[in-house]
Amino acid sequence: MPGPDLIVRNVLWQDELVSLWIEQGVVRRLAPPDEPCSEGEQLHGGGALLLPGLIDAHVHLREPGFEYKEDIASGLEAAARGGFSAVLAMANTRPVNDSAAVTSFMRDRAAATHPLGPRLHPVGALTKGLVGQELAPLAELAEAGCVAFSNDGLPVASPDLFRRAMEYASDLGLVVIDHCEDPVLAEGASMNEGRISGLLGLKGQPVVAESMQVARDILLAEYLDLPIHLAHISCRQSVELIRWAKARGVRVSAETCPHYLLWTEEMVQGYNTLAKVNPPLRTDDDVLALRQAVREGVIDILVTDHAPHADHEKEVPMDEAPNGISGLDTALSLSWKLVREGVLSPQDLCALWSARPGALFSLPVNRFQPGDPADFILFNPDLEWTVTPETLRSKGKNTPCLGQTLPGRVVAHGIAGKILFHNVDAS
Amino acid sequence: MLWPHKDLLCITQLTAAEILYVFRMARRFAEINTRPVKKVPTLKGKSVILFFVEPSTRTKTSFDIAGKRLSADTYSLAASSSSLRKGENLKDSALTLQAMHPDALVLRHHQSGASEFLARRLSCSVINAGDGWHAHPTQALLDGFTLSEVWGDDMAGKTVLIVGDIAHSRVARSDVLLFTALGAQVRICAPRTLLPAGVRQWPVEVFSDLTEACKGVDAVVCLRLQLERQKAGLLPDLREYARTYGLGARHLSKANPGVLVMHPGPMNRGVEIDAALADAENSLILDQVSAGVATRMALLFLFLTRKDATDQGDARGDQVESPQPQSPSLQED
Repeated sequence: MPGPDLIVRNVLWQDELVSLWIEQGVVRRLAPPDEPCSEGEQLHGGGALLLPGLIDAHVHLREPGFEYKEDIASGLEAAARGGFSAVLAMANTRPVNDSAAVTSFMRDRAAATHPLGPRLHPVGALTKGLVGQELAPLAELAEAGCVAFSNDGLPVASPDLFRRAMEYASDLGLVVIDHCEDPVLAEGASMNEGRISGLLGLKGQPVVAESMQVARDILLAEYLDLPIHLAHISCRQSVELIRWAKARGVRVSAETCPHYLLWTEEMVQGYNTLAKVNPPLRTDDDVLALRQAVREGVIDILVTDHAPHADHEKEVPMDEAPNGISGLDTALSLSWKLVREGVLSPQDLCALWSARPGALFSLPVNRFQPGDPADFILFNPDLEWTVTPETLRSKGKNTPCLGQTLPGRVVAHGIAGKILFHNVDAS
Repeated sequence: MLWPHKDLLCITQLTAAEILYVFRMARRFAEINTRPVKKVPTLKGKSVILFFVEPSTRTKTSFDIAGKRLSADTYSLAASSSSLRKGENLKDSALTLQAMHPDALVLRHHQSGASEFLARRLSCSVINAGDGWHAHPTQALLDGFTLSEVWGDDMAGKTVLIVGDIAHSRVARSDVLLFTALGAQVRICAPRTLLPAGVRQWPVEVFSDLTEACKGVDAVVCLRLQLERQKAGLLPDLREYARTYGLGARHLSKANPGVLVMHPGPMNRGVEIDAALADAENSLILDQVSAGVATRMALLFLFLTRKDATDQGDARGDQVESPQPQSPSLQED
């Protein structure tokens, strides 16, 4: 048997010091840290946590069309530094990703700018132009490499069209990701509807704008016996519906984002456009419900909903500001805050950011079993960093974390056994 | 009192003592408005830009007159004649104006938070002349001043009812804050479709029946109903609104003797208020307009002389005296 190509020595995996042996892009085995081997490249982990490469199933990389906000190169760079080995890129580009040409363009750009990864998996539009009138050519999109379909950003209002989309997608073996939002109830909202929107004089989005669509999707999924994945869940009412649906055996899965687990509508005080996100940040009670749902598996996965915007777009009054928080750079640190607060365990992180999204979207996942893809990160949870425009790799500096000190840094990242970076000073 | 605020954005930033100080100043300035020659040199050399992105007649005129009576140079700018129309954003428009070195910028804007947005970016004083549904602090101050001229400054024991479209009213939000700060009990009355989210957590009693709401009140503030609320599906029609929430004599018969009637204007007679009530003896509606000029004179004085007083204090290195508006020694110019 040939020797390993790469040995990552002295890293913590499930509280044990190990070394990771990698051969031809896959995991060969986890070995004792000092097991001698003279072959292959040696990378010294310095006791950092060994984690699988993360999968972010919901990002907006803005290219083509909005490269001033982000392009595939900068988005993937932020993903790499943030610990993500794969991202699912939504279709609300310009042109919309509703044709094989756009899908291929995105994949080609990713391969050209980041040949070693992270991997970009396009999500195809559910309807042409995302306008919710006609189905997009889903088969063509699947053939071109889309791994799921979604009208994220412009949810499909028609239950009939949405039903047909679910049915058509199921023939292709791909999941529909729904942005659950009633467009009428949510129209013109800048934040959560509640005490603070009333005081600030801002139009609020009621939680039922989300939960009504969650209920619709669940009922359709049960009726059709088809899977549905619910994007960026933000409120208790939705969680309770999903819990009920799962108990009935409905094939529903759901995601939420770190910002819904950490922050509330209070963040919007002072008309803070950096905290303007859709769905909006909700209340303490919603945060509690979501935290519990994540721990219990009612919410299946975490995503960033990475939504970069240019500074000048957020430097406007609240109503004019676009929705979105830039999330790829900060997601793991924010998740680690949840670990520190006892909300999640490190094992939960691996499940929420890797194993489960991989299973949901049929992507290869590293569980550190022999033969698994050697996508891994080394994470130093004790290393703190201050979020500034300069420390963010994304072009989007639009995060409420600006100026905050966050715990944990990715000190090395490998994909398919190739080292993307190794920050020796930080390990 | 050394005026501590750079900007006037919302009533929440003012203490009760500061509100009453504005009233005292307004009382002094009101006298100027009754003189044959209504101009004093107090703010000579100061410049005020009236930046009214949202159309306004009375507030803009009121600020304009207030500034001119104190000899400030006022410059009016509307959205239709500004670079906003050419696609310039609010920040750049404001920075451009600031480069012309005004002492204050009075902003009316259709978006909540627009004044706060500018105040964070401009070194000159920003006075909020109404931002979206959020706040209209100068209207609240003039409303409070108008009532204080009748009741005195202590409003404890008084009950003020605000009736109408509370959800979309910056006047309602600011009035609630001001009246409660001065010790009054506040009630609001509106159909549920015109109540803001979270109103149950406001320091007010909430009514949907106007007759009930009027029982035992000392003043009623009627709010203008924007006619587009019907198109937005918040009301069946104006006739029904007028029948249910239009203030009439039958409602006021339940109020305390001497009940006062107010309206920030512009009025839809016969919709939110019975036409005759608007002209009745207990109507303060025109008093509010007069009080508006005096209150805004007081505010311009406080904000425009604040820096001068601070600078003098710095030079002397001691406590600055309260900037008194020189009345009765205010000189006619």
